[in-house]
Amino acid sequence: MNLTTVLRAATALSLAASGAAFADTITIATVNNGDMIRMQGLTDDFTEKTGHEVEWVTLEENVLRQRVTTDITTRGGQFDIMTIGMYETPIWAANDWLVPLDDLPEDYDAADILPAMRDGLSHDGTLYAAPFYGESSMIMYRTDLMEEAGLEMPEAPSWDFIGEAARAMTDRDNEIYGICLRGKAGWGENMAFLTAMSNSFGARWFDENWQPQFDSAAWSETLNFYLDLMNDAGPPGASSNGFNENLSLFQQGKCGMWIDATVAASFVTDPDDSTVADKVGFALAPSKEGVDRRGNWLWAWALAIPAGTDNEAAAKEFIQWATSKEYIELVAENEGWANVPPGARTSLYENENYKDIPSRR
Amino acid sequence: MARSVTTNRKHANTVLAWGVGLLIFFPILWTILTSFKTEAQAIASPPVFLNFDWTLENYAIVQERSDYMRFLWNSVIIAGGSTLLGVIIAVPAAWSMAFVPSKRTKDILLWMLSTKMLPAVGVLYPIYLIFIRLGLLDSRVGLVIVIMLINLPIIVWMLYTYFREIPGEILEAARMDGATLREEILYVLTPMAIPGIASTILLNIILAWNEAFWTLNLTAARAAPLTAFIASYSSPEGLFYAKLSAASTMAIAPILILGWFSQKQLVRGLTFGAVK
Repeated sequence: MNLTTVLRAATALSLAASGAAFADTITIATVNNGDMIRMQGLTDDFTEKTGHEVEWVTLEENVLRQRVTTDITTRGGQFDIMTIGMYETPIWAANDWLVPLDDLPEDYDAADILPAMRDGLSHDGTLYAAPFYGESSMIMYRTDLMEEAGLEMPEAPSWDFIGEAARAMTDRDNEIYGICLRGKAGWGENMAFLTAMSNSFGARWFDENWQPQFDSAAWSETLNFYLDLMNDAGPPGASSNGFNENLSLFQQGKCGMWIDATVAASFVTDPDDSTVADKVGFALAPSKEGVDRRGNWLWAWALAIPAGTDNEAAAKEFIQWATSKEYIELVAENEGWANVPPGARTSLYENENYKDIPSRR
Repeated sequence: MARSVTTNRKHANTVLAWGVGLLIFFPILWTILTSFKTEAQAIASPPVFLNFDWTLENYAIVQERSDYMRFLWNSVIIAGGSTLLGVIIAVPAAWSMAFVPSKRTKDILLWMLSTKMLPAVGVLYPIYLIFIRLGLLDSRVGLVIVIMLINLPIIVWMLYTYFREIPGEILEAARMDGATLREEILYVLTPMAIPGIASTILLNIILAWNEAFWTLNLTAARAAPLTAFIASYSSPEGLFYAKLSAASTMAIAPILILGWFSQKQLVRGLTFGAVK
């Protein structure tokens, strides 16, 4: 044990003394999402620029969460970079489990990161995870069915309007259901939706003294509204539908409305996969009348470095590469502007090429 | 008259057996079929059964994206190694329990089984911490040991049951002829128990191959077996069903083929005790 420490110290000293860029192999835990798979495909660019090799550990979201949590709480040191979200980052940072990202170089332009993202991934004003991409949620609806029902979707609708429209659009004989919402139980499944929905009804999980608030009128209203809506206008078996199932239903023209992640917009408007690609409209997530909060969530998949890793310098280089403006350019060059990771940087939304993407309305 | 009733019953039994067999096999069949569909056809409603455009696209993508052979090799070593180690430990243990039982043998057997009653996640943290101390995280050696320990009670129980079927007099005769304990176990007991040992080995390879809790939680990049390979194609947000099915098919193919070829041994071993 002592010998190892001495050896390590000696190695570190000699590394520092030589001052040369050493090639390391970094291990990154991540999720199986389209943007992440694209990043894996472009790793060669990083290796070319820095000489560091990358080992990917791709896992399903729930497995990943359990895996990285086990590792960070025990300081297992299995990963040099972990893909985490806005839930983990502030908690882990408060426990000193993450390396602060406060010394990123000038040209990285950390100030360009969208303010909401930066705040969500910081603890005490210090950034602890760099957003790779971000998303919110919104309403996607069928413009043709809305017209048939004789209604017009406002830009910022109320839950009452959504309820009325969903019931009017439902045509069970033709397998058209007014609204498709998440029902499958789970952390990143129905609870993501229901928590955001309860927020727009004025409900909350806890009060300032950490007393649970589930017996409040606002929670009862949220859940009753959700249940009545799904019973009246939802597809059969809604309690087993998650993002993928609802996406499939919507693409096959069976949903009038669908409230879910903004990332779905590119799927439902893709004529190769969606039968309703040219009949989709978008609106802000609903709120209850009189409540000034909307039922949309904020989520980012971000890259963070666990404290104590042996490859901190190389890991930081990777994060700088993957969340930089140059990376966005690199993806645009290889896969087109429609496939760049969204929702992380302000400059992307000022980019003329990005604004010009035809499928954007 | 009696004969025709028997034939009818036989036919009915055959139909019933095939029906149950197909029912059990259906999820695997569906996975295999889905792996040849496009992502859009994979989620089509109503589902398409056979009349789709067969494509090998998913296999090509999976091949391109992950190093299948590395995962396969890790699976082979972990499943094979843990089973072998388990049998080496379990044969003497089962021998002593079957032929020289003591007052406590029954209790020991039950106690061993009781270790299977705790959900695996209950000991995740202790084992993880021990692995950090020993430097065994993400190593095949560590997984071989853990999977062996997990399956050891089953191996001992199965072997114990088979050994009990072997008349102790034969072993006594061997002893009278001057066989040592080692010779008695290796040359007398083992050959007689081959069907039992073979089916124990096969069943345990299958169990170790499919073990998805420890293999996912104790590995990262180097020692990850096929369970991690499958997990890398699963996603709650995004359409990857066809690719996931292709990955699953590739992961179960080796063990399915092994099971197919050793069917006779497996069935014989599993019914070994029952027919006597």
